[in-house]
Formats: sequence, structure tokens, C-alpha cells
Amino acid sequence: MSLGTFKGGAHPYEGKVLSENCAIEALSFDGEYVFPLSQHIGAPAKPCVKVGDTVLAGQIIGESGGFISANVLSSVSGTVTAIEPRMQVSGFPVMSIVVESDGKYELVEGAGKKRDIDTLSNDEIREAVKASGIVGLGGAGFPTSVKLMPKNDAAIDYFIANGSECEPYLTSDYRLMMEEGEKIVGGVKVCLRLFPNAQGIIAIEDNKPEAIKHMKGLVKSEPRIKVMELKTKYPEGGERQLINAVTGRYINSSMLPADAGCIVHNVATLLAIYEAVAEGKPLMEKVITVTGDAMASPKNVRVRLGSSYKKILEACGGLKTEAHKFICGGPMMGQALYELDCPVTKPSSALCAFVHDEVAENPTTPCIRCGRCVAACPEHLVPPMLVKAANADDMEGFEKIGGMECMECGTCSYVCPARRPLTQTFKQARKKVAALRKIKAAEEKQRREHEEAAKKEAEKKAEDMKKNETGKEVPSWR
Amino acid sequence: MALNEDKKLYHVSSSPHVRASVTTQKIMTDVIIAMLPAAAFGVYRFGIHALIVVLATVAAAVISEYLYEYFMKRPITITDGSAVVTGMILALNMPPEIPVWMPMLGAVFAIVVVKQLYGGLGQNFMNPALAARCFLLISFSRAMTDFSASFPAGSADAVSGATPLAVLKAGGEASLSDLFFGNIAGTIGEVSVLMLLIGAAYLLIRGVISIRIPAVYIATVAVFMGLFGGRGFDLYYVACEICAGGLIFGAFFMATDYVTTPITPLGQILFGVFIGILTGVFRVFGASAEGVSYAIIIGNIVAPLIERATVPTPFGKGRYAEITKKLMHENSERGGK
Repeated sequence: MSLGTFKGGAHPYEGKVLSENCAIEALSFDGEYVFPLSQHIGAPAKPCVKVGDTVLAGQIIGESGGFISANVLSSVSGTVTAIEPRMQVSGFPVMSIVVESDGKYELVEGAGKKRDIDTLSNDEIREAVKASGIVGLGGAGFPTSVKLMPKNDAAIDYFIANGSECEPYLTSDYRLMMEEGEKIVGGVKVCLRLFPNAQGIIAIEDNKPEAIKHMKGLVKSEPRIKVMELKTKYPEGGERQLINAVTGRYINSSMLPADAGCIVHNVATLLAIYEAVAEGKPLMEKVITVTGDAMASPKNVRVRLGSSYKKILEACGGLKTEAHKFICGGPMMGQALYELDCPVTKPSSALCAFVHDEVAENPTTPCIRCGRCVAACPEHLVPPMLVKAANADDMEGFEKIGGMECMECGTCSYVCPARRPLTQTFKQARKKVAALRKIKAAEEKQRREHEEAAKKEAEKKAEDMKKNETGKEVPSWR
Repeated sequence: MALNEDKKLYHVSSSPHVRASVTTQKIMTDVIIAMLPAAAFGVYRFGIHALIVVLATVAAAVISEYLYEYFMKRPITITDGSAVVTGMILALNMPPEIPVWMPMLGAVFAIVVVKQLYGGLGQNFMNPALAARCFLLISFSRAMTDFSASFPAGSADAVSGATPLAVLKAGGEASLSDLFFGNIAGTIGEVSVLMLLIGAAYLLIRGVISIRIPAVYIATVAVFMGLFGGRGFDLYYVACEICAGGLIFGAFFMATDYVTTPITPLGQILFGVFIGILTGVFRVFGASAEGVSYAIIIGNIVAPLIERATVPTPFGKGRYAEITKKLMHENSERGGK
């Protein structure tokens, strides 16, 4: 059987051996928990508690701030001590609600009530997902309830559970599949109820043969779900590449997966969906991998959202050698941290501590046009051309040759023998194009308003003239 | 807000945070290694003078790069190995009995005029070694085309002084096995096809070059010579044409130069076809029997245009959108039944 895959990609050192056999350990901490109001794609949530309020675990403390937004829930019981900007892994302070835990983890009323998923209506399922504040847990943080509401439920023919975990060093999804595979399958079953024509597919890279075997066993009696093996290659788990590998279809930057009849959810998200819908358990915890060559003992840990990475690092046994770089997430797409006292958010997947900073140790040299980036780009772009356009500030040219299709996966920078900052240049250029588009749209709007005002003015004038003209004789030539 | 007061600062940078182990230096080293069998065979065939030519040319290339960068107050880049590669390719393109100062002058021209004046590594629009070879061909055409000393002892051609390609053009016969094993007259590095193919295989296995340009180039020359060579698709003749005149050396070591060839996959195929036709035209209709060097040089000049016209369709756009539509349509029909 040939394995599902896509064209391009790279094979960075996997590093999963450090933590793949470490069973998930639960950690909790005393003291402060920080809940940023913006830990998803879309509008930030609006705080609905005040400083001094007592909150319970699972209580909504920030309400969804729009259609594309998500609730923010407290993961502990305790007292709200502050609502203020707090430092995030992104390096920017974000408005956050700070809760001092009372150590009791008292659940909010109604949480933990088991439900029979077969009797729930579609709306009830969607409502449960929405209320639980679930967003894409694989890293993107897109509100899950929005993804579960395509224009036409019947047009969805593939529901894909993303268990590929192509990002190096990460093993949390693997552990979840091994330890809580039943619930993941349960999550797929819940979602398949929403999409009557969909085939459920659990996609796993072939570097996780144990997970493939385990999940295959679990779906044996599920006619609508099957497990698909994928070739191990980065970025196999990228949404567009995954859809291509599984279905042969292609989506571009201006399409949603649903436009190609697909819906993709990370396995951790599906687990959260199952717990929210069937067990009444809102999203309060996250399994993350704490790993890297500087870690004393790499682990997979289940922590409450809002926990500080600093405390997690200490609880995991700290470092064995001095680390030069900390990364929130994996080494290909993660965020470098310059401050460890940041909270775990919903899309967090890992904390990596590395002895070496390969970026600083490898100076940039001139591009020799070797074409490795062209061969590796999963979006079939030509990075040297894009760099030229971006550096010349030619944003039109950048867009014309597909710059906005870049998904910032980092493959081009990874394979570059001259260690050129390709992905980094594209990130900047893409932001610039997006900003320019906004400006253009605003100008267009203003122009239209001006035009409309002028038109009205002219109409008014014409009417006035007509009024003045009434009674006058109409010239015969008219 | 107080950030990192009395706290340690860590390294930060934008992702990705890891790099593949391949570097420019490693690539250049691979190219040098790949040329060693051909160079060694050249020294074995033509004697100690060939070795002196190779060493002197490489030294001239490296030293001129160093001096230029030193006096222009630019970072010294001789350790990246690109000057060594340029010097070596140029040396392997020299007749074995050439006076040593000529290729040394060529190396200085390649490095200073063709490479550094245009901005250094990655910026030159022509293959420096080839440009230098053409410069020498024009300046010292007699010395550059005198292969009389390089004929195998007792060879009949030694009297006429013609290379196998010239013999073929004049309607004579060449020995394919002599061409393949290097028992012919020619430049230091081009004579043994076997040694060149060993080097080419090394480059392909190491992933340094792709097969696209050499394969298309050689195939185009074969077809062109079959059509217009005047002897039809005589396999023996076509094979001789492929093995003669430095085509194998040019195809694997010069037409694959990263900097001066298209970077797009389709562009590389078109480039191969283009220089293949040019080589054929020069061989059949040109005054001299040779054509590889000029064909590749002209290809270098056209490469940016080819590249601009062959930007690949981004993932999910154009024809990919069509594939998606087709697949979805098929699926909905299946589901409907």
C-alpha cells in the first residue's frame, strides 16, 4: 500500500525518542493562573468577571467576542486578583484575567454531567462545543465550533482526525492516541453525526506504528471510520498538505477545507470535543510535551490552562545543562521564549529547551540558488523570487508569484544551505500585504462614501433645478 | 511592565529554529570530490604537466578571490570552496600542454571580472569558468585548440591533429570505447566519460544536482544529431556524439551550475532543451566542431528569462483547483448512486 503524502517537504531530526514512551503525568500548581482573553484566532473574548469575584473551575470568565471567537474558562476555582495585560509566549502583553487558585478545583455547576451522545441533537452538540471554549488544539487555535458549522453539512465527505504530529520533538498527540484513543474515536463519532455523508479518517504518520496499530484496533467495528497511514515528512500535518495526502484534493489560501468537502481536526481537539459533549467537561487542561536536549527528564504532562511554563519546567525536574533557547511549540513553527513566566494557552503544545541555538550558530551566507527551497516548498512556491520581491518592497510582485499562499511552515529556511532567513522574510512581507489590503479596503470604502455623498448632492441639486424650472416653458428641441 | 529584571535573557528568533546540516561549503566540497576521478585520470593520461595546470589554476582562482576581497574590504569567502570549484572546472577545460600562465590568467578573469565585479558568489550571470574558457579561446585560440600533444601514442589521428568530434564531422569514424574510457585527445578533464559519470553519479546520489538538466540536455543533443547529423539515428554515431566534445562534462558539471541556470523545475527542462539545440546547431552548422561551452554560456544569459516564464503554479491554484473540482464531482456522483 502506498502511503498518503504530498509533494515537497523535508525531514528534520524527529527527536521524538526523548519523550514518546513517557506516559502522561498530571501536574497542578498553587497560586496564580493567567487566562489571556485572546488565545484563539478571531476577536478577543470579553471579560465577564470583576476583580475580587470568586470563580469556579469550568466557569466562563471571558465571553466569546464575536462569531469567530471563543469563550475563555477558568481552569481552577479561586479569586480573580487582576484583569491586566500579561506577557505571552508571543512576546507581547495581552489583556488577561488572573485567578488565584484556592487549591480545591471546585467545578462549576452542571459540569461533569454525563450525556448520551446518541440522543443529542446537532444543535446541542455544537452548543456544547461552543460553550466549552474549544479551539484548534494543534497550534492554530481556530474556534472549533466555527469549523463544525460549514454552509452545507451534507457536502462534507471527509472528516479527518489529524494525528500526524509532524512537528519534531512533539509527542503529546501520540501519547493521547495511545492512552485515550477511545475518547478520540468517540470525538470522531460525535462529529460524524453532524456530517451524514462524511467518511471519518484518522491520519497518522508512519513513524508512529504503535499508534497506528492501536487506533486501527479501536475502529475495527466502526464502519464509518478508518485509519490512514501517512509518510513521515514535514509538514504532513499542515491542514492543506494533510487534505492533499488523504483525499488528493488541493485547497489554497482563499479556501476553507469545507470548500473541498473536508473538515480537519487535531486528535487533541477531538478528545476535547468528546469530553465536552459526552462528559460535560469543559476545556480546562492541555497535554503538552516538555522536551529538548537540555531537559533533565523529558515528559508529557497534563497541566491546567493558565499554568506558568516556569512552574512546569521546575516541576518536570528542570534543566540538566544550560539552555540557550526555549521554544513554545516545536522547533519548526514554535515561538522562541525570552521569558518563561508565560501561561499555557489552548493552542500550546510543547516546551522545548535546547542547549544550542542553531540559528545563532549558523551565519547567513549568500544564496547560491541551489533550488533546495523550491523542491521542498509544500506550496510549490519559489522562495528566492519571493525574497527578491519582498526585499525590493514589491508587494504586488510578491502577491503575483504566490506569496500569500505561503503558510510559514519553515521548510525553506530549514533546508537552505546558506541559512537564509526565507520564512522570516515571508512572514514580514505577508503581514505587510495584509496591512496594505486593509488600507486599500478602507480607502475604497471612503471613496465610495464620498461618491455616494456627491451623487446625492448632485441629485438634490438637479431636483432643486427642476423645481426652479417648473412653470417655465420647455424648449421645443428637448 | 518590568521584563526580565534580574532574569536571564534567552536567545530568541523567528521560527524555524532548526537547520539542515547541508551548507554551501559541503556542497562545494562534494562538487570538488566529484571532479577528482576525471582530474586524476587526466593527470594519469597526460602526465605531470596536467597536474601543474590544475593546481596552478585552482591556486590562481583562490588567491585572486582573496586579494580582491582583501583590497575591497569585503568578508573573505575563500573557505566556501566556490573559487576552488571555478578553478578546477577551468583547469579541466584546458588542453594538457597549455602554458601554465594562460589558465592562471583565465582564473583571475573568472573570479575578478565574471564573479566578483558582479557582486560575488550567487550574483554572476555567467558560469565564471566557462566565461574564462571562452575568453581564453578568443584570446589564445591556437594554444587553446592545440591538442597535438594529447593524442595517444601511435594513434592515426595524431598525424591529422583532429579531435574525435572533428573526425566525426569530417565524415570519419570514432571509436566509442576509446571515447568512453578516455583514450582520445581532448582537454584534461573531458576525455574519460567513465570517470565523469562516476563523478556525476556521486553528485546525483548526494542530491547536489538534479538529473533534469543533464538528462534533457544530452537527450536533446542526441535527437538533434540524429536528425541533422547527416547519418540518421545510427546508434553508434549518436553515442559517439554524446561521448565526444566535452558534452558529458558540460552536462553534469557546467550546465548544472546553480547560479547561472533556472531554479524552477520546468525552467530547467526548457534550459536543457535550449542548450541542447544550440550545441547541435554549433556542431552541425558551426565553423568548429565544438559547441558545448558557447551553448551553455548563451543558455546562462537566457536563464533569467526562462525562469521568469516558468514560475510553478502554487498549491491549490490553477490546475490543482481543477483536480479538486473533478475529484469532488466524482465523489458526489458515487455518493448519489
